Amino acid sequence: MSVFQHRQSAHCESGVMASLLTHAGLPMSEPMAFGLASGLAFAYLPIVKLSGMPLIAYRMPPRHLIKTLSKRLGARLHSRTFGNPEQGRRELDAALDAGRLAGLQSSVFWLPYFPPEMRFHFNAHNLLAYGREGNEYLISDPVFEQPMRCAAEDLQKARFAKGALAAKGLMYWLDDVPLEQDWDRLIRKSVLATTRILDGMPLPWIGIRGIQHLADRVARLDPAQAKYNRLYLTHIVRMQEEIGTGGAGFRFMYASFLQEAGEKLGDASLGEASARLTAIGDEWRQFASACVRASRSKSEAPNFAPIADSLRGIALQERALMKELEAWAKRKG
Amino acid sequence: MKLDEVPQDHSSTYGGHSKLVYAVDASGHYQRAQSDGWEPEAYATQLAVAELEAHEAEARGAWQRGEASPLKCLMYRYRLDEPALGQITGLWQWRIRRHFRAEVYRRLPASILARYAEAFGLPLEELLGYQKDLA
Repeated sequence: MSVFQHRQSAHCESGVMASLLTHAGLPMSEPMAFGLASGLAFAYLPIVKLSGMPLIAYRMPPRHLIKTLSKRLGARLHSRTFGNPEQGRRELDAALDAGRLAGLQSSVFWLPYFPPEMRFHFNAHNLLAYGREGNEYLISDPVFEQPMRCAAEDLQKARFAKGALAAKGLMYWLDDVPLEQDWDRLIRKSVLATTRILDGMPLPWIGIRGIQHLADRVARLDPAQAKYNRLYLTHIVRMQEEIGTGGAGFRFMYASFLQEAGEKLGDASLGEASARLTAIGDEWRQFASACVRASRSKSEAPNFAPIADSLRGIALQERALMKELEAWAKRKG
Repeated sequence: MKLDEVPQDHSSTYGGHSKLVYAVDASGHYQRAQSDGWEPEAYATQLAVAELEAHEAEARGAWQRGEASPLKCLMYRYRLDEPALGQITGLWQWRIRRHFRAEVYRRLPASILARYAEAFGLPLEELLGYQKDLA
């Protein structure tokens, strides 16, 4: 088997899948893996609380990329979780000794190579193990520049951390990756799915409606609750930027996918869609800056209306773009 | 975002690492680019960390004065809150809140303390030792 090449990614799950596929002989960029798996989304989930704040997601839930991408490409995905942690360790060792790459789901908090300020209890991080030496595993963690090493006990603790989204030692790998793909069909199918996720769900918290819902929440913040407002607004920023999204809550990554897909198919309309999404992404970044400015301001009555309006503007632009992409995906094909 | 707009704000929250972002070059072509920090993002991260640290300091004070058990302080130190600690230990939150009381903590059996020890990644002996300190 060829030597494994680590490649830095913006996001863990798309990075692991891009690396697994590339290693299996199907060259795949991270944005391509993200786009073909229809990873882009928006969701505002007030029931799921993270340190008392609603979950705000800019992408599909964990494991969606892994499952959807392997299915669409026709690759065989093996995945296993373990009731017994010791067995999980043995199976990982056996896979690595057989020369396989192993995708692993783990907690961020228990990985010692993460910077202290980034260590939060998020259990759905993804990384690749590609070998072991003595008591250490050789780790390709997609969000880092270089390959990492991790002591066996630490990795074990991270794989079997309990709590929300517990990984239960999830380990996965790909077999039989077809190297011939019908790119035109794949791209249309995945773009169509994204337009439905973002603007075809009759639910007030998902997609464009979810963005509008968030705008309403921001507009209705009580200026008297300065501390809560600060935590709420910066929480949005963290969900959008801190948790490896490639900038602007995955919008730049998806725009990069649209551009690459357009070049692959020789279709200029995807290139135009990419440029428009880049502009929308820039507005998401400005929105994040405005949230932080409002959190910092010492003035008595911060005005949240302009921030909410900028979000509503973003929502309408994304809706218009999704309508055009939907029409494109349904054309010929 | 253009390549020359990719922020390089040397944020301490990145711990000396760089993140990968996607940005367009002068001809509108997407490139991979590294960013060693973005100030608004770092502010948001630091605010969340400071919030936890403030909770921790308050709980540590109550513990040192003998008014509370160490569990609340440790919970914040290990970046957890009551719902998260409940999920990890498998204990109801009302039980956890009860265990925050010094006199209740003092009498907790080792089997319960072991669940907290695992959640915090601490040796059980340490939590048992705190029991004696409170006595």
